[in-house]
Amino acid sequence: MKKNGAQIIIETLLEQDVDTVFGYPGGQVLDLYDALYEYRDRLTHVLSSHEQHACHAADGYFRATGKTGVVIATSGPGATNLVTGIATAYLDSVPLVAITGNVSTSLIGRDSFQEVDITGVTLPVTKHNFIVHTIEDLAPILHTAFEIARSGRPGPVLVDVPKDIQQTVIDYEPLGKAKKAQEKPVNEYQMSKAVKMINEAQRPFIYIGGGSLGAEVSEEIMQLADKIDAPIGSTLMGLSCIPTTCERFLGMQGMHGHYASSMAQNECDLIISIGCRFSDRATGNVRKYAKQAKILQLDIDAAELNKNITVDLGLAGDIHDAVVRLIDQVDQQNHTEWHERVEHLKRQEQIQQDQMLQPHRLTPQALINEIAKYTEESTPIATDVGQHQMWVAQSYPFQKPRTFISSGGLGTMGFGLGAAIGAAFGSKKRTILFTGDGSFGMNLNELATLKTTGAPVVIVVFNNGVLGMVRQWQTLFYNQHYSNTDLQERQSDFAKIAEAFGIPGFKIHTLDELSEQVAKAMAKSGPVLIDVTIDPDEFVLPMLPPGGSMDDIITLREEI
Amino acid sequence: MERFEIACLVDNSAGVLTRVSSLFTRRGFNINSLTVGATEDPNYSRITISVNGDEKIRSQCVKQLRKLYNVKHVKEMIPEDRVSRELALIKLKNTPETRPEIVSAVDIFRCKIVDFSPNTLCVEITGESSKIDAFLTVVAPYGILEMSRTGVVALQRGCHYLSDDVPEESALMEVNKAAIVLR
Repeated sequence: MKKNGAQIIIETLLEQDVDTVFGYPGGQVLDLYDALYEYRDRLTHVLSSHEQHACHAADGYFRATGKTGVVIATSGPGATNLVTGIATAYLDSVPLVAITGNVSTSLIGRDSFQEVDITGVTLPVTKHNFIVHTIEDLAPILHTAFEIARSGRPGPVLVDVPKDIQQTVIDYEPLGKAKKAQEKPVNEYQMSKAVKMINEAQRPFIYIGGGSLGAEVSEEIMQLADKIDAPIGSTLMGLSCIPTTCERFLGMQGMHGHYASSMAQNECDLIISIGCRFSDRATGNVRKYAKQAKILQLDIDAAELNKNITVDLGLAGDIHDAVVRLIDQVDQQNHTEWHERVEHLKRQEQIQQDQMLQPHRLTPQALINEIAKYTEESTPIATDVGQHQMWVAQSYPFQKPRTFISSGGLGTMGFGLGAAIGAAFGSKKRTILFTGDGSFGMNLNELATLKTTGAPVVIVVFNNGVLGMVRQWQTLFYNQHYSNTDLQERQSDFAKIAEAFGIPGFKIHTLDELSEQVAKAMAKSGPVLIDVTIDPDEFVLPMLPPGGSMDDIITLREEI
Repeated sequence: MERFEIACLVDNSAGVLTRVSSLFTRRGFNINSLTVGATEDPNYSRITISVNGDEKIRSQCVKQLRKLYNVKHVKEMIPEDRVSRELALIKLKNTPETRPEIVSAVDIFRCKIVDFSPNTLCVEITGESSKIDAFLTVVAPYGILEMSRTGVVALQRGCHYLSDDVPEESALMEVNKAAIVLR
């Protein structure tokens, strides 16, 4: 079967069961877009307004579905616009295949128009990248790219395809679907040590991260928790893995974590970490972090063991398999005292929350609760980055894995709208985007994509007229010098902006308007925007100051 | 801070050296020397890296290198279990007063003089890095004008090969060792 390079790219994508790609055309991908035109009945292309958001869309598509996302961009500026999106995926271990065009092989290295060494640029933020030098290499490289992206610890892979390669015709033999490499099981000796450690613990604590979502091990973690009578805490990236309705689930821990979750981690005698990398936002000061506890770390990536903190036992290998074996091998346990202590911590947290309750004000929590009335268990919830992200992480009642779509590692403001569009396409469900006025200012050009695709994304803007998270730090640590965090003077009318793009916009200023306006907005079937006024002095609490320990935790506004 | 040597077998293709060296920059590991050259198989090159660092950096180096797609095998070259060599060319000030002492040092260290001019002489020395360091200490007072060192190459002794590394096992054993040392 004679095909040109561009057609081979599409054929390879179809063999990987790719049904949707995100991207933006340009000079060096004209051939690829010509092939997309030819294959338009079999492969949907979603045109973004900017390559960065196409990349976030491919990322959100994976986070919502577990299927590798694909993004296409042209050479030069198109390719460099992907970089933030690729780095976001890299830090959160999201498998992504980015395909970029490049100038023809004869022009490479001459500073040709729109030429950039994108494999060089993305070297530190990709799991691997390729430049295709010959047409014969094209299909095998793309095939390998999917394999690398999905195998082991997932990550983004970039494939740079010069224009002449896209145009060259050869005989094409399909290579079929790329296989995910079989994960190696944790060896029996290490498992036996883990079992011994767990059996000896009196106050075990299960700590889950993004790796447990990747391993699809939610049910098994709850079974393990039942068997060893342990509470479960989570990192930001582990959210949605365990339903918030699970009795044993204490929620997120770390810098803005739940009080009970962070405290339990600080009082347990064994942390069983499943797919966590102990980031600085999760641990605070590593010298003071959970000093009383032994740490057992299970991760797919051997390099994560002992990277950020020193652990007592590191297990590298297949997480799903290891958890199943642990359930099978550990003793049934009953830690009444520990259980009661955890219940006590939960009650303390409830008291703190009740103290913070302000039933007569439009608080972020009231807004999240109101929106949650309209969502289903499997509704994807995307966020941008900042205070709103933490409020959602703390308060939204996640029930099903892969429903929390948020940039954790890189903390990319502007991630949300693209990601929500990708999640809506992937899940084929109405998707909620919680964003802030700061973050939304970085991606609101994608309203055009929403309008043209009709993707059912509900945008909820937490509009406090400030860069809230940075401002919170300025309040706490920079003598209330609000340097460049006040957006009041540049305040835009987001509802009107949405209307200008052809999307219904609603505004909510007070608590009285909340339920009625949300109901009106939610009655719309396509994309819709709700602009909600939030007090600029609203804080994300509790807060562990950076580099601090549990002794430094701030739980109430009055403590500041 | 210890000095340790890591050898890796990598694909012999463009850009691989950049991938390896950029990993060290990105992770903040400090390279003393890096050598790369051909192997018995034209498909692979061998890179030997000498690094300064503690136990934690040592284990991270090995594990992070293993994650690179083009890196096929990685092993630490343990001093008791390997032969290692480095070569250096050292240009020294040549005066009638110092010449006899330099010649005698060259003799003792079993190196050789490979260039000679009225005002300079050039010494070629091979051996373990520590031998070269020792020679440099001796001749430094006579005036080192210029110097070029190759960096370390190393092979394991006996029937051990770089290609017989066992990633999972060694990673785990070394993790446990690190845990005992550091915690």
